Amino acid sequence: MPSYSFVLNGKPVTVEAPADMPLLWVLRDLLNVTGPKYGCGVGVCRACTSHLDGGEIQPCVVPVADCAGRRVTTIEGLADGDTLHPVQQAWLDCDVAQCGFCQPGQIMAAVALLKKTPRPTDAAIDRIENVCRCGTYSRIREAIKKASADG
Amino acid sequence: MARQLSRRKFVVYSLAASTLTVAAPLGCDPSTAEGIEPTAADRRRPSDVLVTGTDEEMLVLEVTAANKVVVRLPRVEVGQGVTTAVAMMIAEELDARLVDVDIPLAEARTKGNQYTGGSNSVSSLYGPARQLAATARAKLVTAAARRWHVPARSLRTRDTRVIAPDGRSATFGSLTASAARIHRPSVSSRPKPASRHRVIGRPTTRIDARDIVTGKATYAGDLTVAGAKPTVVARPPTLGGTVVSVDDRAARAMPGVHAVVKVAGGVAVVADSFHHAFKARDALRITWAPGPLASLSDAAIRSRLRAAVPRLGTAPRGSAQTEGEFEFAFVSHAPMEVLTAVADVRPGRAEIWFSSQTPMDARDSIAAAVGLPTSKVRVHVMRGGGSFGRRLNYDAAIEAALISKAARRPVKLMWSRADDIRHGRMRPASHHRIRASHARGRVVAFAHSMASVSEAYPESGATAQGGVTPAVARAANPLPSDSGLYNFGRLSGNSGSVELAIPLGAWRSVDSGTMRTAEEIVVDEVARSLGRDPVAFRRTTLRNKSVKAVLDKVATTGHWGRPLPAGQAQGVAVHEEYGSCVACLVEVNATDPKNPRVTRAVVAADVGTAVNPRGLEAQLMGTVIDGISTVLQAGLHIDRGTVRESSYADFHYARQRHAPLHFEVHLIPSRREPGGAGELGVPAAAGAVANAYARATGTKPRRFPLTF
Repeated sequence: MPSYSFVLNGKPVTVEAPADMPLLWVLRDLLNVTGPKYGCGVGVCRACTSHLDGGEIQPCVVPVADCAGRRVTTIEGLADGDTLHPVQQAWLDCDVAQCGFCQPGQIMAAVALLKKTPRPTDAAIDRIENVCRCGTYSRIREAIKKASADG
Repeated sequence: MARQLSRRKFVVYSLAASTLTVAAPLGCDPSTAEGIEPTAADRRRPSDVLVTGTDEEMLVLEVTAANKVVVRLPRVEVGQGVTTAVAMMIAEELDARLVDVDIPLAEARTKGNQYTGGSNSVSSLYGPARQLAATARAKLVTAAARRWHVPARSLRTRDTRVIAPDGRSATFGSLTASAARIHRPSVSSRPKPASRHRVIGRPTTRIDARDIVTGKATYAGDLTVAGAKPTVVARPPTLGGTVVSVDDRAARAMPGVHAVVKVAGGVAVVADSFHHAFKARDALRITWAPGPLASLSDAAIRSRLRAAVPRLGTAPRGSAQTEGEFEFAFVSHAPMEVLTAVADVRPGRAEIWFSSQTPMDARDSIAAAVGLPTSKVRVHVMRGGGSFGRRLNYDAAIEAALISKAARRPVKLMWSRADDIRHGRMRPASHHRIRASHARGRVVAFAHSMASVSEAYPESGATAQGGVTPAVARAANPLPSDSGLYNFGRLSGNSGSVELAIPLGAWRSVDSGTMRTAEEIVVDEVARSLGRDPVAFRRTTLRNKSVKAVLDKVATTGHWGRPLPAGQAQGVAVHEEYGSCVACLVEVNATDPKNPRVTRAVVAADVGTAVNPRGLEAQLMGTVIDGISTVLQAGLHIDRGTVRESSYADFHYARQRHAPLHFEVHLIPSRREPGGAGELGVPAAAGAVANAYARATGTKPRRFPLTF
């Protein structure tokens, strides 16, 4: 079985896995990193949203082979120790979560958006595709704007 | 030993333990708690200690030596915020810090009320939880008074501590052992009057929010218990299809595959990872027999439903009629967390982990399915990634238990998203015929007949299907609304059903989500035919002052009647249920009628005491999105016995771009006991969206979802 090395949340890891194994299952089933959630397996619901070299990806449709030698960041890698990332803090301040299942993905999508667009318009926020079945969209919008304003 | 401490409605018992442990019975109805006979637990002697694992029908509060207040909750947290609301009730009466209160979910019990549904959690827990904590507080204060030899009445409680006038203080944890021996507290055990509430009624962030935003919150699929192996099931293309033959040689030969077993729903694969399991599932060569609905599609279902609607009676003589027929498609619950269950079934015992609204029923059914006595089956209730009624049923848990038994190993079963959408459950499709009869400017009779699909069980029976709860049975055979929301003269109605072997389930707000929605559309059409404004007409015909008040609130704060450009309009609707009422006003931009957007939503609700206004607002926010989704865009098609949709790519539950840009909630201040709120908003939001769409487009919405 081939082995792949990458940097996961700041630490180097090596896994033995089939080349086509989606990163999501490498994270969840091999590395026990369970923040990224399975919601569809086809890149649609985006509950697994994480970052590859700082850019947004859906690990359920990214083969582990594509991650070799790169930096993978999941929700677990966002905070700096006990200090939450400003987007996580905004999520807390706005009490965004309900069931919480999609929120790691929502937060990672928001972080990626703010990185590219520090002052996103409503139209830019509307382009976030992540599904929240509890319907927390208004608070997500509010939290993104708050994180943006707080810099 | 134990005795009734309160002369009021809620009884609290002391349980013998080395730490302060008190318990309040939770009947199916809070009022039945009165006069309950002491149970075995009450007769224990102090040396028997500990109540862990024997909570039974009690709500049990324990103050640990580590200064934590632990209440094992016989309810499930699926996002509705019940753990936060209960923690607030406890913190209020104990004067504990919210962070010191832990609300783990109780595992399945054999007695009592462990049902999460019908929007009744807060209303059923409000009395017992506060009484429980008030009793514990009285004992802690008494223990401190004895320790310090001061009058108990001179002591205060704050921040999980007892504080003396001279400034001395002791944590509850340091007092718990001596408080456990207090039988007659020297201060009142009565809950505070509402006027002294400092926690209840204060907008509060969820107690699990930090775990959620850091990815630490644990759902069934995140467990690594018992060495359970990832498991998926190959399911038939049609609903209820069956395996004729399976060639599993290729699948079994694949790396990482541990077992392939046939189950009622298809063929299960147990593997090292979900990747290996999905790959092996796809390598199975299965010949399927079509399910019982293989010749049936939407058009035929709709015409059978239409034919099953009972006739409306004769309209009053001399009246004019406003009539409408309404059709609602099937709707998936589609919680973000797909059905997942970890099962470890051994020859003499079984242990299951999953998120369940009905863990007691689930335990019975799982025990029967695997052939064990109920006492040998443990069900651990996990937090759920959404439910909306889906976790009333426990199909996946039974299936996981049977796979574990057959494969002789612990399994972590996960339904794929396609499994979840294509094999149910779903809100039943329904057809409604409504007629309002009016004369001399007033409605003199209102008739509503409807028919919905009800679930037929061809061979396997209800249990193997995952159980039918009362709520689901009700959903399968709803009765027309008879709440008398309006002064509409003579009310009448009837219901019929079409039995089909389709897996159904109660969907948030159950029958009201279709029935009230349809009725509120007719109310708008009646107003129009009488030349009245929809808000003014409702205001003069609503029976209940509280409903008028929430309607007035949205009309004022939502600027009802403000001018909008062509293609945009406001819509309004109201609903009353669970001892609560709600009004919703929305603005829709339907400039492109095929791509409408709700741009603004204003909700007003009167739910009695709002324990956590912030959580209540969140529930109302979610129900507005449910209303938008079910009325405008999200439903399921049946094509020749197959559900056409298979993910959120084609089941169009609302995304950010469909959510209102502006959303606001107004809560009517109240000191009434709390009513229900989790499902309340769905019919009002759905009705308001439909009415706004009608006014924006000049159409009469009849078939939902509208852009399907």
